[in-house]
Amino acid sequence: MSGVKLTGVRKTYPNGAEAIRGVDMDIQSGEMIVFVGPSGCGKSTLLRMVAGLEGISDGEISIGDRVINKVSPSERDVAMVFQNYALYPHMTVRGNMSYGLKNRKMPKAEIDARVEEAAKMLKIDAYLDRQPNQLSGGQRQRVAMGRAIVREPQVFLFDEPLSNLDAKLRVQMRIEIKKLQRRMNVTSIYVTHDQTEAMTLADRLAVINEGRVEQMGAPMELYTNPRTLFVASFIGAPQINLIPVQFDGTHLVNGGLSLAGFADLPRDTDLVLGVRPDTLSVDAGGQFSVRVDLVEQHGGENLIYGGVTAAKDAEGEELEICLKADKEMLPSIDDSLTLGFDPATAFVFRKDTGERLK
Amino acid sequence: MTGSKIITHLILICGAIFMTLPVWVAFASSTHAPETLLREGLQIWPGGHFLETYNEVLFVEGGVMKKVTAMQMLGNSMILGVGFAVGKVVISMLAAYAIVYFRFRLAVPLFWVIFLTLLLPLEVRIIPSYKVVADLGLLDTRAGLIVPLIASATGTFFFRQFFRSVPDELLEAARLDGATAWGFFKDILVPLSKTMIAAILIIMFVVGWNQYLWPLIMTTKEENYTLVIGIKQIYQVLSEGGELPQFQKAFALTILATLPPVMVVLIFQNWFVKGLVESEK
Repeated sequence: MSGVKLTGVRKTYPNGAEAIRGVDMDIQSGEMIVFVGPSGCGKSTLLRMVAGLEGISDGEISIGDRVINKVSPSERDVAMVFQNYALYPHMTVRGNMSYGLKNRKMPKAEIDARVEEAAKMLKIDAYLDRQPNQLSGGQRQRVAMGRAIVREPQVFLFDEPLSNLDAKLRVQMRIEIKKLQRRMNVTSIYVTHDQTEAMTLADRLAVINEGRVEQMGAPMELYTNPRTLFVASFIGAPQINLIPVQFDGTHLVNGGLSLAGFADLPRDTDLVLGVRPDTLSVDAGGQFSVRVDLVEQHGGENLIYGGVTAAKDAEGEELEICLKADKEMLPSIDDSLTLGFDPATAFVFRKDTGERLK
Repeated sequence: MTGSKIITHLILICGAIFMTLPVWVAFASSTHAPETLLREGLQIWPGGHFLETYNEVLFVEGGVMKKVTAMQMLGNSMILGVGFAVGKVVISMLAAYAIVYFRFRLAVPLFWVIFLTLLLPLEVRIIPSYKVVADLGLLDTRAGLIVPLIASATGTFFFRQFFRSVPDELLEAARLDGATAWGFFKDILVPLSKTMIAAILIIMFVVGWNQYLWPLIMTTKEENYTLVIGIKQIYQVLSEGGELPQFQKAFALTILATLPPVMVVLIFQNWFVKGLVESEK
């Protein structure tokens, strides 16, 4: 087993477009890293650079102690699972899984043994002689994983492997991937734009934005301690409440909304206050009141959306706040609720740079 | 059956008769004695000379040409048809593979150059082509008959379009699986193109079989004649001398010339249709 190390990695396309703008990362052996970010942020490009499907413009990628910048994809000892599975349509499941091993001139008996073992592990041993078009989406996904497993690579690469599956299957496969990765203990890089997938799968999470790693750390660390506005807004569902504010020396102010409990913030710049929906609570002695617009019942909990009449959001519309409450909390539409939160759990960011101040 | 269905069928039946009747008349006439044809004209019902005529045409030396039999001409046509079709598929697949999967300078202009050769069919370049083949000493040879015809802009274009529709991930998966350029072509692309290859083989076989102008000026020796050339020549032979014109043999030769393409299309029509409509990716 070996880790992956990225040093000053950049990708610039011939037309001058910069996809990756300097990434440093040290992935430990056996670790599961998730790259998460909005589409077009460069997360897939970065993964493909590790795979060898994209060239590296600058910097260095090494697997174990070996620099692999100039090594061909098949000799990097990595295996990749593609979003659309990329199974060879004319080959059977067995053919798909053994093709890479055949190209390595592995003896047939060993190929068969590895394929059988991987198929059993993935519960696709009954389908070995079928062709991909005779399989369901979930089964195809397993075959794609089987093709990766039989190679016994140093590193697994997953490029949004679950996005073509329906919601239920996605959850199920997510759990299986996690279990499998734990069991095989292979260093893995997993790319997704789905933050639930990212939170649940990752040992460590790398939030990528515009070709840079915004922050990297354990999922809960990113949730409770985001370093930038982008990370705070990307991680967490429902999304964090973002309130544009100014600091007047004692209070954070937005129109008629004035929140106490903050100090040592710059007075001359626009700030953004971030409050997670689950840190808000209904509290008669709270700091502001909202008019209830909508209640979403999720079963175990309710999400209450309400307007703050006195304050405006970034677009100049009435500020909308989301609150996570328990399932007994069922206010009527247009009720007024007084909300409060502990200022210690809230974040304050600079609006222009996104840098976190508190 | 409703009225409109009956009308539809009537129209289709009329169309079918219209298309097949000339072929049938040629066949029926080929089974009569030459005297009957000369006296009574074309025949609509088969006569009693089927075995005699076809045996003479196919197997007897001097039965149809001075030296060559229809059997030999069939063989020549077969070689031309198959060589033409296989050659075209091989060359155009390789050309399309290079154009689609390899990044080299001028790939796009080169493709358009290939495509533009569609504007220069054999008829336009026949004198230079003849000169080249003659200088190479390939006149009256099978290679000379086939090679100048096998470059195919249409084939290259079809394969290019097909290859471009193959998802990039397959290539990437194959690269990670350690497939070489040749391995990817042989293990992934060729099997995926199976139906496409079949369709193009069939079309090109028929086109090759029906080649007329090039074999006509290329071949001077009778034993190199293809069936299509044979048909043209037989009328000359027939009208020479004072003998009774052997029209039944000309008809027989025509029927023989149409049979193989018809058989090929009939036998492989499933593949053919699949290749044109299906995309199995």
